Amino acid sequence: MAVYKPTTLQKGDQLPPEVQALVKKSARKKSTSSRQSPYSGLWSILLSLISVIYVIPIVLVFINSFKRKAYINKSPFSLPNAKTLVNPILSNYTSGMQKIGFTSAFVNSIIITVGSVFVIILCTSMCGWYITRVKSVFSTCMYYLCVFSMIVPFQMVMFTLAKTADTLHLGNPIGIIVVYLGFGAGLAVFMFCGFAKSIPIEIEEAAMIDGCNPVQTYFQVVMPILKPTCISVAILEAMWIWNDYLLPSLVLDKTKYKTVPIAIQYLKGGYGSVDMGAMMAMLVLAIIPIIIFYLVCQKYIIEGVVAGAVKG
Amino acid sequence: MNKKVLRIYFPLFALPTLIAFIIGFLVPFGMGIYLSFCKFTTVNDAQWVGFKNFQEVFKYDSEFIHALWYTALFAVVSVITINVFGFSIAMLLTKGIRGTNIFRTVFFMPNLIGGIVLGYIWQLILNGIISKVFDATLTYSATYGFWGMVILMNWQQIGYVMIIYIAGIQNVPSELLEAARIDGATDVQVLGKVILPMVMPSITICTFITLTNSFKLFDQNLALTNGAPSNKSQLLALNIYDTFYGRAGYEGIGQAKAVVFFIIVGALAVAQLFLTHRKEVQQ
Repeated sequence: MAVYKPTTLQKGDQLPPEVQALVKKSARKKSTSSRQSPYSGLWSILLSLISVIYVIPIVLVFINSFKRKAYINKSPFSLPNAKTLVNPILSNYTSGMQKIGFTSAFVNSIIITVGSVFVIILCTSMCGWYITRVKSVFSTCMYYLCVFSMIVPFQMVMFTLAKTADTLHLGNPIGIIVVYLGFGAGLAVFMFCGFAKSIPIEIEEAAMIDGCNPVQTYFQVVMPILKPTCISVAILEAMWIWNDYLLPSLVLDKTKYKTVPIAIQYLKGGYGSVDMGAMMAMLVLAIIPIIIFYLVCQKYIIEGVVAGAVKG
Repeated sequence: MNKKVLRIYFPLFALPTLIAFIIGFLVPFGMGIYLSFCKFTTVNDAQWVGFKNFQEVFKYDSEFIHALWYTALFAVVSVITINVFGFSIAMLLTKGIRGTNIFRTVFFMPNLIGGIVLGYIWQLILNGIISKVFDATLTYSATYGFWGMVILMNWQQIGYVMIIYIAGIQNVPSELLEAARIDGATDVQVLGKVILPMVMPSITICTFITLTNSFKLFDQNLALTNGAPSNKSQLLALNIYDTFYGRAGYEGIGQAKAVVFFIIVGALAVAQLFLTHRKEVQQ
């Protein structure tokens, strides 16, 4: 007969086999019941179906960009065959790029987006920090004006903004950066203020005591702490500016400068009947860089959207 | 002491943003308000006419009134569908199904594509479907245009609200869910009594974003139908744009419409934030 010995278990002690089996069993049971619902397979299939629906439009545009223009409207859902395929295979792309000057539009879009985002981040983060740290009538007014500007629709200022920009000769890819800084400042300043409030002031005071002037304090202490917010703001503003059609189409001198959305709209507006082949090819060219950018920076984009939404 | 030192640096830290903000927002906004009471063709020849522009908008402009109702209906339908679908997908994606990351990536993708490009993509597809099923085109009736825009907006925005809802659902403390299960709550009860109240802040944000986006929709409308047939599928933003740039001599009326538009969007935004904020649970 075994004598019962009260022991305390220690790390690495072997449990009796029957206890081990019990622990294993309960662990297995718990993991299956809490993780997988009984319909899990069904939901997977449903989600896969929805994903297919999500991808189809882009695939269709891609397929149609290789068809002759007469067949695109007639049978958009069929795969190209020997009769409907363009010859040479990329001729829709080459003719479309020539018609709307896609390359220069693409370069303009890059210059405007990168330039504006860089200037917005630099200026508004400094401004947001200044507003949070210096409490005055000016900073309070500026803060509430920024919040207010976020709910004003663009149509409200569309006409007068175009006139103001025209008077100040801002109708070129560099000048439009000022307009974007002004109209995009609302959201950016608001987000930077919200985050700058949570930085402990002691850190900045310590830097000052160590002999930093405000500029050094800002670039060596504050800016690194604000980095996650900078990424969020950069992504939100970049998504807006890259895709914006109305503001550049009113502000830019359209005979000289086009952006990608303006160029695509021009394909429709400039000619009586739309060349569907060239249109499809240009749509593909407009989408590809975005998808590549998205797949590379996916993590930051999704985090940026969540952070922007929670604060905005 | 810190603040006094910082104050001297005003020109460096705040002035660039302030100047751009004045050029890009304050001056155009102020001028816009003033010009809505004027008759003008360029900004320099403005003549004060009082409330005449506003009277004309509401008395004689039946297209504007039509666009107003059309936009309101469109906003209601798209806000409801986008949020219901977005929330449902977010619920599915927080269940730990295999491949969640891939699904999330795919659903969010259309959000990054611009309105003009989206409009032309869907014009191709919807025209293809409508010509097969109804033997017509997208520009045949404003109803086609309406549902076309609803589908387009759903395709674009479901991914966006889904991301925000996923973050909200993941923040619900698991103790609360376990406690509810132990007390014998069914799945429906857990959803209605625990999850929904806890994600109320996300619902506030998502309805706010989708509501203002649908009211301000312009690019997609321009590319998909451009108001056809005969301006019946015009949303407010496009109607204002056409008033400004489509016919000469109506700039004052266009500006008055823009002010009305601004007041509507502003009032809706404030009212919506106020109403849904009240329902949020204090933690």
